[in-house]
Amino acid sequence: MAHTLPALPYELDALEPHISRQTLEFHHGKHHNAYVTNLNNLVAGTELEGKSLEDTITSVAGDAGKAGVFNNAAQVWNHSFYWQCMKPGGGGQPGGALAEKINADFGSFEAFVEQFKTAGATQFGSGWAWLVLDGDTLKVTKTGNADLPLAHGQKALLTMDVWEHAYYLDYQNRRPDYITTFLEKLVNWDFVAANLAAA
Amino acid sequence: MSFLIPALRRLLMLGWLVLLLVAAAPAQAAFELPPLPYPFDALEPVIDARTMEIHHDRHHAGYVAQLNAALSERDDLAGLSLEQLLARARRLPDAMRNNAGGYWNHSQFWSAMAPAGDGGAPSEELEAAIDAAFGSAQGLQERFSQAAAARFGSGWAWLILRPDGTLAVTSTANQDNPLMNLPGIERGTPLLGLDVWEHAYYLSYQNRRADYITAWWSLVNWDQVNQRYAEALSPASAGQPTLSPRTPGAEP
Repeated sequence: MAHTLPALPYELDALEPHISRQTLEFHHGKHHNAYVTNLNNLVAGTELEGKSLEDTITSVAGDAGKAGVFNNAAQVWNHSFYWQCMKPGGGGQPGGALAEKINADFGSFEAFVEQFKTAGATQFGSGWAWLVLDGDTLKVTKTGNADLPLAHGQKALLTMDVWEHAYYLDYQNRRPDYITTFLEKLVNWDFVAANLAAA
Repeated sequence: MSFLIPALRRLLMLGWLVLLLVAAAPAQAAFELPPLPYPFDALEPVIDARTMEIHHDRHHAGYVAQLNAALSERDDLAGLSLEQLLARARRLPDAMRNNAGGYWNHSQFWSAMAPAGDGGAPSEELEAAIDAAFGSAQGLQERFSQAAAARFGSGWAWLILRPDGTLAVTSTANQDNPLMNLPGIERGTPLLGLDVWEHAYYLSYQNRRADYITAWWSLVNWDQVNQRYAEALSPASAGQPTLSPRTPGAEP
């Protein structure tokens, strides 16, 4: 069973004006799609063919000789997860058990926001900012290029893409504006809460 | 009134002492953003004017400003040239390594390009070295373009002069470069560097990095590459290209 490109969970223009239709057309239709195509080509005829995406990632993580498989598989996973982390009319603050857990582990929602913004702004070059469950504790982390929490024994709850292609058509060099908009207008906290509940 | 004289003398001595201390303190040198050697639209249609403006006035300027800010807290590094900083990158904090690299890399990038048709051609000496290393100019172009396309994430492709006098193509991540003493980096004197951060091409090419790389070859300023090669070979400046000298006494 070849890996497939998942459909976006909303229309291409659903996140406007915060993320443009043009950005999503390229980001989903070209970048994400290319990772899927590359991954299928790389695993075809190997012992990795037919493995689940997660099994593929964990079995090649840390293997320098399989960096191409890891990069493409992880980027397929990261983008599929990223689309779900956003929704039209998102942002605001979480409630319920997630809010309590954030307060308990970060001190306050505002403290979490500061850490998450810093992680996104200081991930030098291409990469991702994350809210993860590490053991029993919520943590903010950042990873370079395709790297992801699954390769570090952590459970991803929320991610934000800070590769330039995620925001350059709309924000150019102003990554901090993209980050602020992501948090205030786009985060799908229901999805994050469901990830925590399922952990 | 005579009691005032020793007091006055002490005051004068104190004044001299302050002056001496100020004069002896390390010069507050600051790195400066070099102006583009051509107008923003000079490289169109290969690189559009808006990309050049943001790339130079925002990204490059940001690296310079952040490098100066980071250096202002490190008196022990005051007075070092940019190349000296890069040569000790392994011992620098990330902010300094990244911003020093971003500063140097972009400075060389602007001068390594010229409006299409203005860049001249490889000198006889450089051509011979290219043929020896890559078989032909076409061989260099293929090897270099492959390195640029294969760089996953953000980074640079380079043509370098290795310490043994031969040419090689290499690639570095993010704002690292071949002058840095970092593990995994093939060191040498950069002769030509291509920016493959997405910000270098995304407004015009989006996901089509390969098209950007192919089009970019028409902009290479071979006169500049020839000059770098000649300077790198001359004993006086081997391995020490000075693209961006500090301005002595300039405010940070």
